[in-house]
Amino acid sequence: MTMSFSYALAHHFLPEAILAVGVLALILLGAWRGARAFALVNELTVGLLTLAIVILMLGGKTEAELFEGAFIDDAFARFMKVLTLVGSLATVLMSVDYLRRAKLAKFEFPVLVLLSTLGMMLLASANNLIALYLGLELMSLALYVVAAFDRDDARASEAGLKYFVLGALSSGMMLYGASLLYGFAGTVSFDGIAKAITGAPPLGATFGLVFVLAGLAFKISAAPFHMWTPDVYEGAPTPVTAFFASATKMAAIAITARIVETAFPSVTSQWRQIVIFLSVASMLLGAFAAIGQNNIKRLMAYSSIGHMGFALVGLAAGSEAGVRGVAIYMAMYLAMTLGVFAAILAMRVDGRCVETIPDLAGLSRTNGVTAFFLAMLMFSLAGIPPLGGFFAKYYVFLAAVDAELYPLAVLGVLASAIAAYYYLRIVKVIYFDEPAPAFDAAPISVRAVLAVSTVFMLGFWLYPAPIVEAASAAAKSLF
Amino acid sequence: MTIGLTHYLVVTAILFTLGVAGIILNRKNIIVILMSVELILLAVTINLVAFSNALGDLTGQAFALFVLTVAAAETAIGLAILVAYYRNRGTIAVEDINILKG
Repeated sequence: MTMSFSYALAHHFLPEAILAVGVLALILLGAWRGARAFALVNELTVGLLTLAIVILMLGGKTEAELFEGAFIDDAFARFMKVLTLVGSLATVLMSVDYLRRAKLAKFEFPVLVLLSTLGMMLLASANNLIALYLGLELMSLALYVVAAFDRDDARASEAGLKYFVLGALSSGMMLYGASLLYGFAGTVSFDGIAKAITGAPPLGATFGLVFVLAGLAFKISAAPFHMWTPDVYEGAPTPVTAFFASATKMAAIAITARIVETAFPSVTSQWRQIVIFLSVASMLLGAFAAIGQNNIKRLMAYSSIGHMGFALVGLAAGSEAGVRGVAIYMAMYLAMTLGVFAAILAMRVDGRCVETIPDLAGLSRTNGVTAFFLAMLMFSLAGIPPLGGFFAKYYVFLAAVDAELYPLAVLGVLASAIAAYYYLRIVKVIYFDEPAPAFDAAPISVRAVLAVSTVFMLGFWLYPAPIVEAASAAAKSLF
Repeated sequence: MTIGLTHYLVVTAILFTLGVAGIILNRKNIIVILMSVELILLAVTINLVAFSNALGDLTGQAFALFVLTVAAAETAIGLAILVAYYRNRGTIAVEDINILKG
Protein backbone atom coordinates (compact mmCIF):
# COMPACT_ATOMS: atom_id res chain seq x y z
CA MET A 1 0.00 0.00 0.00
CA THR A 2 1.32 3.44 -0.82
CA MET A 3 0.65 6.65 0.98
CA SER A 4 -2.11 8.22 -1.01
CA PHE A 5 -2.44 11.49 0.88
CA SER A 6 -2.29 14.21 -1.67
CA TYR A 7 -1.72 17.81 -0.71
CA ALA A 8 -4.07 18.80 -3.51
CA LEU A 9 -6.87 17.29 -1.41
CA ALA A 10 -5.70 18.73 1.89
CA HIS A 11 -8.25 21.56 1.80
CA HIS A 12 -11.00 18.98 2.37
CA PHE A 13 -9.51 18.41 5.80
CA LEU A 14 -8.91 22.08 6.58
CA PRO A 15 -11.68 22.68 9.17
CA GLU A 16 -10.63 19.62 11.18
CA ALA A 17 -6.94 20.54 10.86
CA ILE A 18 -7.67 24.04 12.14
CA LEU A 19 -9.61 22.74 15.14
CA ALA A 20 -6.98 20.07 15.92
CA VAL A 21 -4.03 22.46 15.80
CA GLY A 22 -6.05 25.19 17.47
CA VAL A 23 -7.08 23.03 20.42
CA LEU A 24 -3.47 22.00 21.07
CA ALA A 25 -2.38 25.64 20.98
CA LEU A 26 -5.18 26.53 23.39
CA ILE A 27 -4.13 23.80 25.84
CA LEU A 28 -0.60 25.23 25.80
CA LEU A 29 -1.94 28.73 26.26
CA GLY A 30 -4.07 27.57 29.17
CA ALA A 31 -1.18 25.73 30.82
CA TRP A 32 1.01 28.79 30.41
CA ARG A 33 -1.40 31.46 31.64
CA GLY A 34 -3.16 29.28 34.22
CA ALA A 35 -6.36 30.54 35.79
CA ARG A 36 -6.25 33.85 33.92
CA ALA A 37 -6.56 32.09 30.56
CA PHE A 38 -10.32 31.50 30.61
CA ALA A 39 -11.49 34.66 28.85
CA LEU A 40 -8.80 34.50 26.16
CA VAL A 41 -9.20 30.76 25.51
CA ASN A 42 -12.94 31.24 25.32
CA GLU A 43 -12.67 34.03 22.76
CA LEU A 44 -10.17 32.06 20.67
CA THR A 45 -12.49 29.04 20.79
CA VAL A 46 -15.32 31.16 19.45
CA GLY A 47 -12.94 32.37 16.73
CA LEU A 48 -11.85 28.85 15.76
CA LEU A 49 -15.41 27.54 15.59
CA THR A 50 -16.53 30.53 13.52
CA LEU A 51 -13.57 30.08 11.19
CA ALA A 52 -14.42 26.40 10.69
CA ILE A 53 -18.06 27.28 9.90
CA VAL A 54 -16.98 29.93 7.39
CA ILE A 55 -14.56 27.55 5.67
CA LEU A 56 -17.24 24.85 5.44
CA MET A 57 -19.85 27.23 4.05
CA LEU A 58 -17.60 29.00 1.55
CA GLY A 59 -15.26 26.11 0.74
CA GLY A 60 -15.31 23.74 -2.23
CA LYS A 61 -18.45 21.84 -3.15
CA THR A 62 -16.60 18.78 -4.45
CA GLU A 63 -16.46 15.34 -2.88
CA ALA A 64 -13.23 13.59 -1.88
CA GLU A 65 -12.00 10.64 0.17
CA LEU A 66 -8.82 11.09 2.17
CA PHE A 67 -6.55 8.89 4.31
CA GLU A 68 -7.09 5.60 2.44
CA GLY A 69 -10.83 6.23 2.33
CA ALA A 70 -11.15 6.63 6.10
CA PHE A 71 -12.37 10.22 5.83
CA ILE A 72 -14.94 11.47 3.37
CA ASP A 73 -15.76 15.10 2.67
CA ASP A 74 -19.13 15.29 0.92
CA ALA A 75 -22.17 17.56 1.01
CA PHE A 76 -23.83 15.48 3.75
CA ALA A 77 -20.77 15.66 6.00
CA ARG A 78 -20.47 19.42 5.43
CA PHE A 79 -24.16 20.02 6.19
CA MET A 80 -24.04 18.06 9.45
CA LYS A 81 -20.69 19.60 10.42
CA VAL A 82 -22.05 23.11 10.06
CA LEU A 83 -24.98 22.16 12.33
CA THR A 84 -22.59 20.59 14.85
CA LEU A 85 -20.35 23.65 14.84
CA VAL A 86 -23.31 25.99 15.28
CA GLY A 87 -24.37 23.93 18.30
CA SER A 88 -20.88 24.09 19.79
CA LEU A 89 -20.52 27.79 19.07
CA ALA A 90 -23.83 28.62 20.74
CA THR A 91 -22.85 26.44 23.71
CA VAL A 92 -19.55 28.24 24.20
CA LEU A 93 -21.18 31.66 23.83
CA MET A 94 -23.95 30.86 26.31
CA SER A 95 -21.66 29.13 28.82
CA VAL A 96 -19.43 32.11 29.76
CA ASP A 97 -21.79 33.82 32.18
CA TYR A 98 -23.02 30.54 33.69
CA LEU A 99 -19.49 29.24 34.29
CA ARG A 100 -18.37 32.54 35.86
CA ARG A 101 -21.30 32.57 38.28
CA ALA A 102 -20.84 28.88 39.16
CA LYS A 103 -17.11 29.48 39.79
CA LEU A 104 -16.33 27.05 36.98
CA ALA A 105 -14.60 29.54 34.70
CA LYS A 106 -11.67 27.30 33.83
CA PHE A 107 -10.04 27.23 30.42
CA GLU A 108 -10.53 23.46 30.23
CA PHE A 109 -14.21 23.89 29.44
CA PRO A 110 -13.84 25.50 25.99
CA VAL A 111 -10.90 23.19 25.27
CA LEU A 112 -13.00 20.10 26.04
CA VAL A 113 -15.90 21.42 23.98
CA LEU A 114 -13.50 21.96 21.07
CA LEU A 115 -12.03 18.46 21.40
CA SER A 116 -15.47 16.96 21.50
CA THR A 117 -16.50 19.03 18.46
CA LEU A 118 -13.45 17.76 16.60
CA GLY A 119 -14.56 14.21 17.39
CA MET A 120 -18.06 15.03 16.11
CA MET A 121 -16.67 16.39 12.85
CA LEU A 122 -14.53 13.31 12.33
CA LEU A 123 -17.62 11.23 13.10
CA ALA A 124 -19.70 13.05 10.48
CA SER A 125 -16.95 12.34 7.94
CA ALA A 126 -16.12 8.78 9.04
CA ASN A 127 -16.08 6.40 6.12
CA ASN A 128 -14.81 3.23 7.77
CA LEU A 129 -15.30 1.44 11.06
CA ILE A 130 -11.98 2.56 12.58
CA ALA A 131 -12.66 6.23 11.83
CA LEU A 132 -16.17 5.75 13.22
CA TYR A 133 -14.80 4.32 16.48
CA LEU A 134 -12.08 6.92 16.92
CA GLY A 135 -14.42 9.82 16.15
CA LEU A 136 -17.03 8.46 18.53
CA GLU A 137 -14.51 8.04 21.35
CA LEU A 138 -12.91 11.45 20.86
CA MET A 139 -16.39 12.94 21.13
CA SER A 140 -17.49 10.79 24.08
CA LEU A 141 -14.36 10.96 26.23
CA ALA A 142 -14.52 14.76 26.24
CA LEU A 143 -18.28 14.63 26.91
CA TYR A 144 -17.85 12.39 29.98
CA VAL A 145 -15.55 15.00 31.47
CA VAL A 146 -17.73 18.03 30.70
CA ALA A 147 -20.76 16.23 32.16
CA ALA A 148 -18.90 16.04 35.48
CA PHE A 149 -17.31 19.47 35.02
CA ASP A 150 -18.86 20.82 38.21
CA ARG A 151 -16.87 18.28 40.15
CA ASP A 152 -17.79 19.53 43.62
CA ASP A 153 -21.47 19.09 42.90
CA ALA A 154 -22.90 15.67 43.78
CA ARG A 155 -25.51 15.84 41.02
CA ALA A 156 -23.03 16.74 38.26
CA SER A 157 -20.55 14.06 39.27
CA GLU A 158 -23.35 11.51 39.42
CA ALA A 159 -24.45 12.60 35.94
CA GLY A 160 -20.87 12.21 34.70
CA LEU A 161 -20.58 8.78 36.26
CA LYS A 162 -23.86 7.55 34.79
CA TYR A 163 -23.00 8.93 31.39
CA PHE A 164 -19.58 7.32 31.52
CA VAL A 165 -20.83 3.85 32.49
CA LEU A 166 -23.59 3.74 29.89
CA GLY A 167 -21.40 5.44 27.28
CA ALA A 168 -18.66 2.87 27.80
CA LEU A 169 -21.22 0.08 27.51
CA SER A 170 -22.57 1.55 24.27
CA SER A 171 -19.08 1.98 22.76
CA GLY A 172 -18.36 -1.62 23.72
CA MET A 173 -21.51 -2.83 21.97
CA MET A 174 -20.81 -0.71 18.91
CA LEU A 175 -17.27 -2.04 18.81
CA TYR A 176 -18.33 -5.67 19.15
CA GLY A 177 -20.68 -5.13 16.22
CA ALA A 178 -17.87 -3.46 14.27
CA SER A 179 -15.57 -6.44 14.89
CA LEU A 180 -18.24 -8.83 13.60
CA LEU A 181 -18.84 -6.67 10.53
CA TYR A 182 -15.12 -6.59 9.84
CA GLY A 183 -14.92 -10.36 10.13
CA PHE A 184 -17.90 -11.18 7.95
CA ALA A 185 -17.35 -8.48 5.33
CA GLY A 186 -13.57 -8.80 5.32
CA THR A 187 -13.08 -5.04 5.31
CA VAL A 188 -13.65 -2.02 7.53
CA SER A 189 -14.57 0.43 4.78
CA PHE A 190 -18.26 1.28 4.38
CA ASP A 191 -18.08 0.90 0.59
CA GLY A 192 -16.39 -2.50 0.97
CA ILE A 193 -19.05 -3.64 3.43
CA ALA A 194 -21.75 -2.52 0.98
CA LYS A 195 -20.16 -4.68 -1.73
CA ALA A 196 -19.66 -7.70 0.54
CA ILE A 197 -23.04 -7.77 2.28
CA THR A 198 -25.87 -8.20 -0.19
CA GLY A 199 -28.94 -10.38 -0.55
CA ALA A 200 -29.24 -12.61 2.51
CA PRO A 201 -26.35 -11.54 4.78
CA PRO A 202 -24.62 -14.10 7.04
CA LEU A 203 -25.94 -14.25 10.59
CA GLY A 204 -22.72 -12.75 11.98
CA ALA A 205 -23.07 -9.68 9.79
CA THR A 206 -26.69 -9.20 10.89
CA PHE A 207 -25.56 -9.43 14.52
CA GLY A 208 -22.87 -6.89 13.76
CA LEU A 209 -25.40 -4.52 12.22
CA VAL A 210 -27.70 -4.85 15.25
CA PHE A 211 -24.90 -4.16 17.74
CA VAL A 212 -23.58 -1.19 15.79
CA LEU A 213 -27.06 0.33 15.59
CA ALA A 214 -27.67 -0.35 19.30
CA GLY A 215 -24.41 1.41 20.17
CA LEU A 216 -25.30 4.40 18.02
CA ALA A 217 -28.85 4.46 19.43
CA PHE A 218 -27.30 5.07 22.87
CA LYS A 219 -25.52 8.13 21.52
CA ILE A 220 -28.63 9.59 19.88
CA SER A 221 -30.60 8.56 23.01
CA ALA A 222 -33.26 6.64 21.11
CA ALA A 223 -35.54 4.45 23.25
CA PRO A 224 -34.97 1.74 24.54
CA PHE A 225 -31.37 2.97 24.95
CA HIS A 226 -32.37 6.31 26.44
CA MET A 227 -32.19 5.61 30.20
CA TRP A 228 -29.15 7.81 30.82
CA THR A 229 -30.66 10.84 29.10
CA PRO A 230 -33.02 12.33 31.73
CA ASP A 231 -30.55 11.88 34.60
CA VAL A 232 -27.59 13.30 32.71
CA TYR A 233 -29.59 16.23 31.32
CA GLU A 234 -30.84 17.10 34.78
CA GLY A 235 -27.55 16.66 36.63
CA ALA A 236 -25.06 18.21 34.22
CA PRO A 237 -24.48 21.99 34.23
CA THR A 238 -27.06 23.64 31.93
CA PRO A 239 -24.63 24.74 29.15
CA VAL A 240 -23.35 21.16 29.04
CA THR A 241 -26.91 19.88 28.74
CA ALA A 242 -27.42 22.30 25.85
CA PHE A 243 -24.30 20.86 24.22
CA PHE A 244 -25.52 17.27 24.70
CA ALA A 245 -28.91 18.09 23.28
CA SER A 246 -27.62 20.01 20.26
CA ALA A 247 -24.19 19.30 18.78
CA THR A 248 -23.85 15.70 19.98
CA LYS A 249 -27.15 14.68 18.43
CA MET A 250 -26.16 16.16 15.05
CA ALA A 251 -23.00 14.06 14.84
CA ALA A 252 -24.64 10.87 16.10
CA ILE A 253 -27.54 11.14 13.64
CA ALA A 254 -25.07 11.96 10.85
CA ILE A 255 -23.05 8.80 11.36
CA THR A 256 -26.17 6.67 11.83
CA ALA A 257 -27.58 7.90 8.52
CA ARG A 258 -24.25 7.48 6.78
CA ILE A 259 -23.60 3.94 7.97
CA VAL A 260 -27.05 2.59 7.12
CA GLU A 261 -27.19 4.31 3.73
CA THR A 262 -23.64 3.74 2.52
CA ALA A 263 -22.61 0.46 4.21
CA PHE A 264 -25.97 -1.36 4.05
CA PRO A 265 -27.83 -0.04 1.01
CA SER A 266 -28.72 -3.49 -0.30
CA VAL A 267 -30.04 -4.88 3.00
CA THR A 268 -32.47 -2.05 3.74
CA SER A 269 -35.15 -4.49 4.91
CA GLN A 270 -32.78 -5.70 7.66
CA TRP A 271 -31.96 -2.37 9.29
CA ARG A 272 -35.31 -0.77 8.54
CA GLN A 273 -37.01 -2.99 11.13
CA ILE A 274 -34.53 -1.85 13.78
CA VAL A 275 -34.83 1.83 12.86
CA ILE A 276 -38.64 1.63 12.86
CA PHE A 277 -38.61 -0.02 16.28
CA LEU A 278 -36.25 2.63 17.70
CA SER A 279 -38.32 5.35 16.10
CA VAL A 280 -41.71 4.20 17.39
CA ALA A 281 -40.37 3.46 20.87
CA SER A 282 -38.69 6.89 21.07
CA MET A 283 -41.69 8.83 19.78
CA LEU A 284 -44.08 7.16 22.21
CA LEU A 285 -41.72 7.37 25.18
CA GLY A 286 -40.96 11.02 24.41
CA ALA A 287 -44.68 11.77 24.21
CA PHE A 288 -45.83 9.98 27.37
CA ALA A 289 -42.91 10.16 29.79
CA ALA A 290 -42.52 13.94 29.51
CA ILE A 291 -46.08 14.59 30.65
CA GLY A 292 -45.36 14.09 34.36
CA GLN A 293 -42.08 16.01 34.45
CA ASN A 294 -41.71 19.09 36.58
CA ASN A 295 -38.05 19.89 35.92
CA ILE A 296 -37.67 21.62 32.58
CA LYS A 297 -34.25 20.08 31.83
CA ARG A 298 -35.72 16.65 32.43
CA LEU A 299 -38.69 17.52 30.27
CA MET A 300 -36.34 18.58 27.48
CA ALA A 301 -34.54 15.24 27.83
CA TYR A 302 -37.76 13.35 27.07
CA SER A 303 -38.56 15.89 24.38
CA SER A 304 -35.19 15.21 22.71
CA ILE A 305 -35.83 11.45 22.88
CA GLY A 306 -39.15 12.03 21.12
CA HIS A 307 -37.56 14.27 18.50
CA MET A 308 -34.89 11.69 17.73
CA GLY A 309 -37.77 9.28 17.14
CA PHE A 310 -39.28 11.68 14.59
CA ALA A 311 -35.92 12.13 12.85
CA LEU A 312 -35.55 8.34 12.63
CA VAL A 313 -38.90 8.20 10.79
CA GLY A 314 -37.13 9.86 7.88
CA LEU A 315 -34.21 7.46 8.12
CA ALA A 316 -36.56 4.46 8.13
CA ALA A 317 -37.82 5.52 4.71
CA GLY A 318 -34.37 4.58 3.42
CA SER A 319 -34.68 6.99 0.50
CA GLU A 320 -33.04 10.20 -0.61
CA ALA A 321 -36.17 12.11 0.43
CA GLY A 322 -35.90 10.44 3.83
CA VAL A 323 -32.33 11.56 4.40
CA ARG A 324 -33.26 15.05 3.21
CA GLY A 325 -36.03 15.00 5.83
CA VAL A 326 -33.57 13.93 8.51
CA ALA A 327 -31.16 16.72 7.56
CA ILE A 328 -33.91 19.36 7.65
CA TYR A 329 -35.23 17.90 10.91
CA MET A 330 -31.84 18.16 12.55
CA ALA A 331 -31.43 21.79 11.44
CA MET A 332 -34.81 22.71 12.93
CA TYR A 333 -34.23 20.64 16.06
CA LEU A 334 -30.87 22.36 16.57
CA ALA A 335 -32.40 25.83 16.45
CA MET A 336 -35.33 24.91 18.71
CA THR A 337 -33.12 23.17 21.27
CA LEU A 338 -30.58 25.97 21.45
CA GLY A 339 -33.40 28.47 21.85
CA VAL A 340 -35.07 26.55 24.68
CA PHE A 341 -31.78 26.04 26.50
CA ALA A 342 -31.02 29.75 26.15
CA ALA A 343 -34.37 30.36 27.84
CA ILE A 344 -33.49 27.84 30.57
CA LEU A 345 -30.16 29.61 31.12
CA ALA A 346 -32.11 32.85 31.50
CA MET A 347 -34.09 31.29 34.39
CA ARG A 348 -32.32 32.85 37.32
CA VAL A 349 -33.94 34.41 40.40
CA ASP A 350 -31.70 36.54 42.67
CA GLY A 351 -28.62 34.98 41.07
CA ARG A 352 -29.72 31.40 41.67
CA CYS A 353 -30.69 29.00 38.86
CA VAL A 354 -34.27 27.74 38.92
CA GLU A 355 -35.37 24.96 36.65
CA THR A 356 -38.91 23.84 37.42
CA ILE A 357 -41.93 24.59 35.28
CA PRO A 358 -43.84 26.53 38.00
CA ASP A 359 -40.88 28.96 38.04
CA LEU A 360 -42.00 30.00 34.55
CA ALA A 361 -45.48 30.95 35.78
CA GLY A 362 -46.73 34.29 34.56
CA LEU A 363 -43.51 34.99 32.67
CA SER A 364 -45.57 36.96 30.14
CA ARG A 365 -46.23 39.62 32.77
CA THR A 366 -42.70 39.79 34.22
CA ASN A 367 -40.71 39.41 30.99
CA GLY A 368 -42.90 39.60 27.91
CA VAL A 369 -40.20 39.20 25.29
CA THR A 370 -38.66 36.04 26.73
CA ALA A 371 -42.15 34.68 27.30
CA PHE A 372 -43.09 35.26 23.66
CA PHE A 373 -39.89 33.67 22.36
CA LEU A 374 -40.22 30.64 24.62
CA ALA A 375 -43.89 30.22 23.72
CA MET A 376 -43.06 30.32 20.00
CA LEU A 377 -40.33 27.71 20.52
CA MET A 378 -42.81 25.51 22.38
CA PHE A 379 -45.31 25.84 19.51
CA SER A 380 -42.50 24.95 17.12
CA LEU A 381 -41.44 21.91 19.17
CA ALA A 382 -45.07 20.79 19.14
CA GLY A 383 -45.03 21.08 15.34
CA ILE A 384 -47.65 23.79 14.85
CA PRO A 385 -47.62 25.43 11.39
CA PRO A 386 -46.20 27.67 10.04
CA LEU A 387 -43.28 27.40 12.47
CA GLY A 388 -40.06 25.58 11.58
CA GLY A 389 -40.85 22.55 13.71
CA PHE A 390 -43.89 21.82 11.54
CA PHE A 391 -41.83 21.70 8.33
CA ALA A 392 -39.27 19.44 10.02
CA LYS A 393 -42.02 16.90 10.75
CA TYR A 394 -43.66 17.47 7.36
CA TYR A 395 -40.55 16.42 5.41
CA VAL A 396 -39.90 13.24 7.43
CA PHE A 397 -43.53 12.10 7.38
CA LEU A 398 -43.72 12.83 3.66
CA ALA A 399 -40.71 10.57 3.07
CA ALA A 400 -42.26 7.82 5.22
CA VAL A 401 -45.53 8.01 3.26
CA ASP A 402 -43.61 7.89 -0.05
CA ALA A 403 -41.85 4.76 1.19
CA GLU A 404 -45.30 3.28 2.00
CA LEU A 405 -44.62 3.19 5.73
CA TYR A 406 -48.17 4.31 6.53
CA PRO A 407 -48.46 2.88 10.08
CA LEU A 408 -45.18 4.59 11.04
CA ALA A 409 -46.37 7.94 9.70
CA VAL A 410 -49.73 7.59 11.49
CA LEU A 411 -48.03 6.69 14.78
CA GLY A 412 -45.71 9.65 14.32
CA VAL A 413 -48.58 12.09 13.88
CA LEU A 414 -50.35 10.62 16.92
CA ALA A 415 -47.21 10.84 19.07
CA SER A 416 -46.72 14.42 17.96
CA ALA A 417 -50.31 15.25 18.97
CA ILE A 418 -49.78 13.71 22.42
CA ALA A 419 -46.47 15.52 22.86
CA ALA A 420 -48.19 18.81 21.99
CA TYR A 421 -49.98 18.52 25.36
CA TYR A 422 -46.90 19.16 27.48
CA TYR A 423 -45.50 21.84 25.21
CA LEU A 424 -48.81 23.69 25.29
CA ARG A 425 -48.99 23.24 29.06
CA ILE A 426 -45.79 25.29 29.33
CA VAL A 427 -47.34 28.01 27.14
CA LYS A 428 -50.38 27.98 29.42
CA VAL A 429 -48.17 28.29 32.53
CA ILE A 430 -46.27 31.18 30.96
CA TYR A 431 -49.36 33.12 29.92
CA PHE A 432 -52.17 32.27 32.31
CA ASP A 433 -50.73 31.40 35.73
CA GLU A 434 -50.13 33.79 38.60
CA PRO A 435 -46.63 35.28 38.23
CA ALA A 436 -43.72 33.63 40.03
CA PRO A 437 -40.74 35.82 41.09
CA ALA A 438 -39.29 37.68 38.10
CA PHE A 439 -36.06 36.50 36.50
CA ASP A 440 -32.82 38.47 36.60
CA ALA A 441 -31.69 40.17 33.40
CA ALA A 442 -30.07 37.54 31.18
CA PRO A 443 -26.63 38.07 29.64
CA ILE A 444 -26.59 39.38 26.08
CA SER A 445 -25.26 36.14 24.51
CA VAL A 446 -28.11 34.11 25.99
CA ARG A 447 -30.69 36.64 24.79
CA ALA A 448 -29.08 36.69 21.35
CA VAL A 449 -29.22 32.89 20.97
CA LEU A 450 -32.85 32.88 22.12
CA ALA A 451 -33.81 35.66 19.72
CA VAL A 452 -31.93 34.30 16.70
CA SER A 453 -33.30 30.78 17.04
CA THR A 454 -36.86 32.00 17.55
CA VAL A 455 -36.67 34.36 14.58
CA PHE A 456 -35.28 31.47 12.52
CA MET A 457 -38.22 29.27 13.55
CA LEU A 458 -40.74 32.04 12.85
CA GLY A 459 -39.24 33.03 9.51
CA PHE A 460 -38.30 29.68 8.03
CA TRP A 461 -41.47 29.36 5.93
CA LEU A 462 -40.83 32.73 4.29
CA TYR A 463 -37.54 31.65 2.76
CA PRO A 464 -36.92 27.92 3.21
CA ALA A 465 -34.88 27.50 0.00
CA PRO A 466 -31.30 27.72 1.38
CA ILE A 467 -31.84 25.04 4.05
CA VAL A 468 -33.97 22.77 1.86
CA GLU A 469 -31.53 22.99 -1.06
CA ALA A 470 -28.52 22.33 1.14
CA ALA A 471 -30.34 19.36 2.72
CA SER A 472 -31.26 18.02 -0.74
CA ALA A 473 -27.64 18.23 -1.88
CA ALA A 474 -26.57 16.57 1.37
CA ALA A 475 -29.03 13.69 0.91
CA LYS A 476 -27.99 13.27 -2.73
CA SER A 477 -24.36 12.75 -1.78
CA LEU A 478 -25.22 9.64 0.25
CA PHE A 479 -26.88 7.82 -2.67
CA MET B 1 -8.63 -31.00 17.25
CA THR B 2 -7.40 -27.71 15.84
CA ILE B 3 -8.47 -24.44 17.30
CA GLY B 4 -10.27 -22.55 14.53
CA LEU B 5 -12.01 -19.22 14.09
CA THR B 6 -15.26 -20.59 15.49
CA HIS B 7 -13.64 -21.38 18.83
CA TYR B 8 -12.35 -17.84 19.14
CA LEU B 9 -15.75 -16.44 18.25
CA VAL B 10 -17.45 -18.58 20.89
CA VAL B 11 -14.96 -17.45 23.53
CA THR B 12 -15.41 -13.80 22.63
CA ALA B 13 -19.18 -14.15 22.58
CA ILE B 14 -19.03 -15.58 26.12
CA LEU B 15 -16.63 -12.85 27.28
CA PHE B 16 -18.83 -10.15 25.75
CA THR B 17 -21.96 -11.59 27.37
CA LEU B 18 -20.19 -11.77 30.73
CA GLY B 19 -19.13 -8.15 30.38
CA VAL B 20 -22.62 -6.92 29.53
CA ALA B 21 -24.16 -9.06 32.28
CA GLY B 22 -21.57 -7.69 34.70
CA ILE B 23 -22.69 -4.13 33.95
CA ILE B 24 -26.42 -4.80 33.98
CA LEU B 25 -26.71 -7.27 36.87
CA ASN B 26 -24.05 -5.76 39.13
CA ARG B 27 -25.56 -4.22 42.27
CA LYS B 28 -22.42 -3.72 44.33
CA ASN B 29 -19.52 -1.69 43.13
CA ILE B 30 -18.57 0.59 40.26
CA ILE B 31 -15.05 -0.82 40.04
CA VAL B 32 -16.70 -4.08 38.96
CA ILE B 33 -18.46 -2.17 36.19
CA LEU B 34 -15.13 -0.78 34.98
CA MET B 35 -13.76 -4.33 34.95
CA SER B 36 -16.78 -5.49 32.95
CA VAL B 37 -16.16 -2.75 30.39
CA GLU B 38 -12.58 -4.02 30.06
CA LEU B 39 -13.97 -7.52 29.53
CA ILE B 40 -16.12 -6.28 26.64
CA LEU B 41 -13.19 -4.49 25.05
CA LEU B 42 -11.04 -7.58 25.49
CA ALA B 43 -13.66 -9.67 23.69
CA VAL B 44 -13.60 -7.16 20.85
CA THR B 45 -9.81 -7.23 20.67
CA ILE B 46 -9.67 -11.03 20.48
CA ASN B 47 -12.40 -10.96 17.86
CA LEU B 48 -10.48 -8.50 15.72
CA VAL B 49 -7.20 -10.38 15.94
CA ALA B 50 -8.88 -13.73 15.24
CA PHE B 51 -10.66 -12.32 12.19
CA SER B 52 -7.49 -10.60 11.05
CA ASN B 53 -5.64 -13.91 11.22
CA ALA B 54 -8.40 -15.85 9.47
CA LEU B 55 -8.75 -13.26 6.71
CA GLY B 56 -5.01 -12.76 6.27
CA ASP B 57 -5.62 -9.01 6.54
CA LEU B 58 -3.68 -6.72 8.87
CA THR B 59 -6.43 -4.09 9.27
CA GLY B 60 -7.99 -6.00 12.15
CA GLN B 61 -4.76 -5.95 14.14
CA ALA B 62 -4.34 -2.23 13.56
CA PHE B 63 -7.94 -1.77 14.75
CA ALA B 64 -7.12 -3.87 17.85
CA LEU B 65 -4.23 -1.54 18.69
CA PHE B 66 -6.52 1.48 18.42
CA VAL B 67 -9.02 -0.25 20.71
CA LEU B 68 -6.34 -0.92 23.33
CA THR B 69 -5.15 2.69 23.25
CA VAL B 70 -8.60 4.21 23.52
CA ALA B 71 -9.57 1.71 26.25
CA ALA B 72 -6.68 2.96 28.38
CA ALA B 73 -7.83 6.57 27.97
CA GLU B 74 -11.42 5.61 28.68
CA THR B 75 -10.54 3.81 31.90
CA ALA B 76 -8.40 6.73 33.06
CA ILE B 77 -11.30 9.12 32.56
CA GLY B 78 -13.70 6.69 34.21
CA LEU B 79 -11.53 6.40 37.30
CA ALA B 80 -11.10 10.19 37.45
CA ILE B 81 -14.86 10.70 37.40
CA LEU B 82 -15.22 7.95 40.00
CA VAL B 83 -12.77 9.75 42.32
CA ALA B 84 -14.69 13.02 41.89
CA TYR B 85 -17.91 11.17 42.69
CA TYR B 86 -16.41 9.46 45.75
CA ARG B 87 -15.25 12.82 47.14
CA ASN B 88 -18.80 14.14 46.97
CA ARG B 89 -20.69 11.13 48.22
CA GLY B 90 -18.19 8.99 50.16
CA THR B 91 -19.48 5.82 48.52
CA ILE B 92 -19.12 3.99 45.23
CA ALA B 93 -21.89 1.43 45.77
CA VAL B 94 -24.15 1.17 42.72
CA GLU B 95 -27.35 1.28 44.79
CA ASP B 96 -26.36 4.67 46.25
CA ILE B 97 -26.18 6.36 42.85
CA ASN B 98 -29.71 7.66 43.08
CA ILE B 99 -29.86 11.43 43.49
CA LEU B 100 -31.10 11.82 39.93
CA LYS B 101 -34.28 9.92 39.17
CA GLY B 102 -37.92 10.31 38.25
